[in-house]
Parts: sequence; C-alpha cells; structure tokens
Amino acid sequence: MHPVRRQRLFLVISIVAVASLAVGLLSYALRENINLFYPPAEIAAGGAPRNTAIRAGGMVVAGSIERARDSLAVSFLITDGAANLEVQYSGILPDLFAEGEAAVVTGELNDQGVFEASRVLAKHDENYTPPEVADAMQAAHERAGPDQDAVSETP
Amino acid sequence: MTAEVGHFALILGLVFAALQMLLPGLGAFTGNRLWLGSARPLVAGQFVFVAISFVVLVMLFLQDDFTVRYVAANSNTLLPDRYKVSAVWGAHEGSLLLWVLILALWTLAVTVFSRSLPLALVARVLAVMGAISVGFYLFLLLTSNPFSRTLPYPPVEGADLNPLLQDFGLIVHPPMLYMGYVGFSVAFAFAIAALWQGRIDAAWACWTRPWTNIAWMFLTIGIALGSWWAYYELGWGGWWFWDPVENASFMPWLAGTALIHSLAVTEKRGVFRSWTLLLAIFAFSLSLLGTFLVRSGVLTSVHAFAVDPERGIFILLFLGVVICGSLTLFALRGPVLKGVASFGGLSRELFLLLNNILLMVATATILLGTLYPLIAAVMEWGRLSVGPPYFNFFFVPIVVALALLVAVAALLRWKRTRVAGLLSQLSLPFLASLGLALVVPLLLSDSYSWGAALTIGLGCWIASAICSDIHHKLRHKKSRLAGPVNLPGSYWGMHLAHLGLAVCIVGAGLTSIYSEERDIRLEPGDQATVSGYQFRFASLNKVRGKNYIADQATITLSRGDKQLAQLYPEKRRYLAGGQVMTEAAIDPGLWRDVYVSLGEPLTGEAWAVRVYIKPLVRWIWLGALMIGLGGLVAALDKRYRRNRLAERGAKVVGVVA
Repeated sequence: MHPVRRQRLFLVISIVAVASLAVGLLSYALRENINLFYPPAEIAAGGAPRNTAIRAGGMVVAGSIERARDSLAVSFLITDGAANLEVQYSGILPDLFAEGEAAVVTGELNDQGVFEASRVLAKHDENYTPPEVADAMQAAHERAGPDQDAVSETP
Repeated sequence: MTAEVGHFALILGLVFAALQMLLPGLGAFTGNRLWLGSARPLVAGQFVFVAISFVVLVMLFLQDDFTVRYVAANSNTLLPDRYKVSAVWGAHEGSLLLWVLILALWTLAVTVFSRSLPLALVARVLAVMGAISVGFYLFLLLTSNPFSRTLPYPPVEGADLNPLLQDFGLIVHPPMLYMGYVGFSVAFAFAIAALWQGRIDAAWACWTRPWTNIAWMFLTIGIALGSWWAYYELGWGGWWFWDPVENASFMPWLAGTALIHSLAVTEKRGVFRSWTLLLAIFAFSLSLLGTFLVRSGVLTSVHAFAVDPERGIFILLFLGVVICGSLTLFALRGPVLKGVASFGGLSRELFLLLNNILLMVATATILLGTLYPLIAAVMEWGRLSVGPPYFNFFFVPIVVALALLVAVAALLRWKRTRVAGLLSQLSLPFLASLGLALVVPLLLSDSYSWGAALTIGLGCWIASAICSDIHHKLRHKKSRLAGPVNLPGSYWGMHLAHLGLAVCIVGAGLTSIYSEERDIRLEPGDQATVSGYQFRFASLNKVRGKNYIADQATITLSRGDKQLAQLYPEKRRYLAGGQVMTEAAIDPGLWRDVYVSLGEPLTGEAWAVRVYIKPLVRWIWLGALMIGLGGLVAALDKRYRRNRLAERGAKVVGVVA
C-alpha cells in the first residue's frame, strides 16, 4: 500500500476507534446517571422501578408534613392530583418548601412503596413551578375530567 | 414619560446597529471607503443610545416607577438603593439590556484600539458585531421590552426582587459574566472577518489574542464569583452543582481556554489556523447557547426564572442563524486559509494540540449532559435529569490529564525539544511531587486517601515545574532584579494562570475529600462538636432589616479552650413577597471555612442547624482569580502595544506566500 494511504487508513481507523470508545463511555455514563421523572400517579400504578435512583414531583399535601421529635427525619405526601406518594427524608428542607407548594424529590422507591429522598428541591420563587410537576398535574387533571379543581398550573 | 425615552433610545440604538451592519458590510463588498469609514461613528452613536436607554432603566428603578411592568415585577420601595440598581439586571429583560450595552461597549473598545489595523478588516469586524447587536435589539424590542407599561392600573407596590438576588454577588456576578460572554463576540467577529476576507496572518492572531484574553479573564472571574455566591448564598455549602446554568457558563470558558491556547500557536507558528477560527466560532456560539439555556427556562434549574416559549424560539432561531451561518462560511472559506508550517514530535505545538483535544472533549461531554434532558424530552424518552456523577465521571480524568500535561507543556520549546534537557529539568519536580503526594495525606487524616494523594501530587507537579522553568530561564541573568522584568508579560501570565490551576485543583480536590457536613438539632444553650470545633447555640433573637425580619442565632465557635468567632446565621422572611431565605454565617480562613446555616425551627426552641467544615475551600476561588489575572497579565504584554503590527503582518504573509 502507498505510504500516504497507509497513513490515512491508520488515521481513519484511530479516529473510528477513539470515537466509538467515547460513544461507549458516554452512553454507559449516561445510562448510569440519568434520573427519570415519575409522577405520583404512575408510581401508585406500579410504573416506577424499585431501588433505582429516580425523581418524583408534585404538590406537598396540606397537613402531611410530620417531623420526628428528636432527629431531622421528616415525612410528607406529594400529589399530582390523582395519587399521593409518601416521601421520607432526613435533613434540612429548602427554604421555599411548604404545604401546597411544588417540590421535586430525588431518591429511591423502597420495597414498601415509600420514596426515600436524598435530595428535596422546592420551587425557588413565587412564580415558578417546575415544568415536570406542571405537566404531571396537567395530565392528572385532564384524566380526571374538567369538573375537578386544578390544583395548580404554571401561572 | 421617562420610560418612553428609554424605549425610543433603544429603537434608535437598533437603527444605528442596523446601519453599522449594512453600510460597512456593503462597503466591504464595493470597496467604497466612505461606507467603510462610516463604521466608527455609527458604533459611537449606537453606544450613546443604548447607554441612554440603560441609564433610563436605572432611573426608573431608583424612582420606583411601578407603571413600568419590569420595575413592578422586580423592585419594591423597601429595597435598598444598591439592590434597586442591581435589580436592573436581576431578571430577563434588564439582563438582556445589559448584554446589549456591554456588546456596544466592546464594539466601541474595538473602534478605539484598532487604529493601526487596515480599515477593510475593522469595517468587517464592526459589521459582524453590528449584526449580532441587531439580533439582540430585535429580541429585546419584540419579545422582552423592559419599558412596557402596566397602565392603566399600575400596582401601588412592586413585587420585590428575588431575595436570593439581593446580594453583593448579584451586583458583580452578571456584569462580569456578560463581559466575558459578550467579549467572545470580538474574537468571533474577527474570525468571521478573516473568513470573509479570505486571509489570516500572524498580525490577525496577534491582534485577536489580547481581546480574547481579556474576555476570558472576565468570564473566569465571573464564574468564580458565581460559584462563591452560590456557596454562601444558597446555604448548601456547595461550590459547584453541575447545574445546567453553571454548565452554560463553563462550556464557553472551556472553549475559550482552548481558543487562547490555539491562538498562541497561530500567532507564534502560523499553524492551527482554521482550528483557531472554528474555536472562536464555538466559544461565541456556546456563549449564545448559555443565554438560551438560562433565559428560555427549558431546563429545571435554580436559575430558570423566565419561562416563556416565545423567547426560547427566538433565541433558538438566532442561535441557528449564527451557528449555521458561521459554520457554512467556515466550510466555504476555511480551506483557503490553510497554514504551511509543520511541527515535529516533542514540541509545544503538540502539547497545545493535546490541550485543545482534552478541552474540547470536556466541552462536548458537558454539552451532551446538559442538553440530554432536552433531547430526551423532544424524543419523548421521558422527563429525566443528568446527575453530577455523569459530569464527574468524565471531567475529573480530563482535569488529571490536563494537569499532568500542563506542567510539561510550559517547559517545551516550539518546533522540537531535546528530551534529555527536559528530563533533567523535570526530574526534581517529579520526585518532589511524588514524595509530597505520598506523605501529606498521612498528616491530614487518619484514613489515607488516594484521591488526596493524587490531588496534592498534581498541584505540586504543576507548581514545581513552574519554579523549575523560572529558575532555568533566569540562570544566565546577571541581575536577579532585571532578569524577571525582561521576561515578557505573556510568560508571567502563563505561569500565573497555570499556578492558579494548581491552586484551584488542590482546593477543589481536598475540599471534596475532607469536608465535614453535619445536620444537627440544637436548642439555645446546647453544644455540639464537629471534627474538633465546638458550636454553642448561645441565643436566638429577632432582628429587623430594611425589607425583612429575621430569626438570628448567635453561635459561638471555639476549638479547645480558644474562642474563635461569634457566628450569626439568619433565617430571613422578606416582607414584600413573604419569601424565606437562609443567610449562612461563615468563619472564613485560608486553610478552612467554618460554615453554619439555620435549617428550620423544630419543636419548642430547637432548630435544625447545618454545619460544615470545609478545608481549603477558598483556594478554589483564589486559584480562579489567579487564572483570570494570568490572562490579564498576558494580554498586557508589551508586544501587543507596539504599533508594528502592519509590518509583522506583511512579513509573515510574504513568508507564507
């Protein structure tokens, strides 16, 4: 083979090798580290995997926040208007976390169907609802029919 | 009436920007010198009107003119004056106006400092910058006018600025960041002008370099300020979250870093030309993408305060035009600009090429991770987010590789370096860093951490290689004082920035490994101990600020018998919107920060209190500051101020031809 051609072939092969290695690593890292979002209704219907990192979100149900007396453990319910999900968390909740407001939790669903959150995000100002939560509530609202009160939509 | 003046000035600014795009652009096609020469006065006109518009908006905020929707939404009579001014760029419309103002400022700077450049090149550059301005003016006027009124029923009181943003950090962080983002438009405009002309030479690179360096310095400092602000203001004690918006500012920084290194090769050796142009296009496109990500609210992020699809579509279109247009031009003209010089094995060119590859791989992985949720949403793979482990998985090894190479690269010569000389210069630094890497983690903690060993090793490796190089460069100099002065500014800038990288790596690594974080339950009078520090919850008081009331805890920090500090973390409730905000209290230090923030009230008098001990956390920002200053020192190099650019250009063109 002509030396220039051989050099080119070598170049092309190495580019292909490096690119496929990169794509392999990327897809591996992405698969390991993406957190899918599930609305409470889908979790209640058994549509979410157990013991895998996922995210869930909805409105915090009024009166559902329960704090432990001697530790920082807390539990509360979130809802998308169709179903409730029990969330357990240990630590300090964000400033704008409140009953009747949107929250997004990251963590795992345990075998009892309780969501063990490792991180709780609340909306961060008065006018903001996380797009996932707004969509989930909208979907639940549409399923339930127009006569049910909408809990909240994006203003 | 005042608001209309601002609005009108903004429209006039658009008219000037459109002329600045058209007249010099047509002049470049026809060779009409009058049209070419019109660029400079048009830039001045544009700047004057956008400045008037900006000053008017500041005045509207200071006068609490709530008939203006933007003021009503982001200010309040109770807001202190300095925050009324910074509230101007606290939300979407005003920050875009700031963007346009800064773009006009950079354009004006180009006209002032470009006297020695050929008029045809300057006119093209200014026309390109005019086109970018037009895009942003249209965006402002069509989708996000800051001067639109709330008439006929103006609110009596404004809705207040988001309390997170009522802070010194917000006063300085966005302008710095924008100076950087927008500054890359100069490099971009120069790249497009070079493609348009079909000619690029060493004078071009020599001219673009200081501008890119300065823009990059602003971006570096802007990102560092953002990180510092998030650290003390968000109350989580974190300094980097791989949040989409942080990524949005980090990607142009990485591309810009690649660009300033590639520009060095283009200036000194005349190679990598088309690659340099491509990087200039990338850096600015990523800046625009950053604006799109922040401003369109398509991603769930702590920064996503504008949720408006119409704006998103406009920016997306604008982004499409800029990226597709410039890449098409590049595809058509790029091959014409091929350089001829080549380089051999162990040379500085090779290492700068590796640096560019690593930085671009980092940019690409971050870009993929940031956009993946968007892609998935469009493809209906479900709502998902990409977590920090993904980013760390790629970014940490890339930084390790960069740190290993950077020490060697700075010692190499252009074209070819003798291996023997290099080894003799690097053997001592290598042994010293290996020794320190193995020993120091033993002294820091009971459990040996290989991560800490790696971090310390890398930091020492860079720092000691720099010392070795400086020693080597000065070995023949007679006077110890005159020697350092005679070395060029770009040399010192390079070493300062690389040393900053070492400081930053050590800070980031050791903070991540050795930080202590504890959530504790404390009642007044209680005491808790976290890694040797005692925290005593002395008392809890109600305090009142200008626009908030707060629960303020007094926490006495001591170690052993010695009292170190009184810390006053607060939980604030802002009166206008009723938002609750955590104000952390920090006992700062070069070697460690002690960070206390109030969580929430528990039963009785007890509070959930979050306590962090963060060793070396300040080194992250100190290092970033050194990196930015390095860029400045390099930009101030004497050779960029000489008026011999035209001569040099002619000489190099002769050589290439």
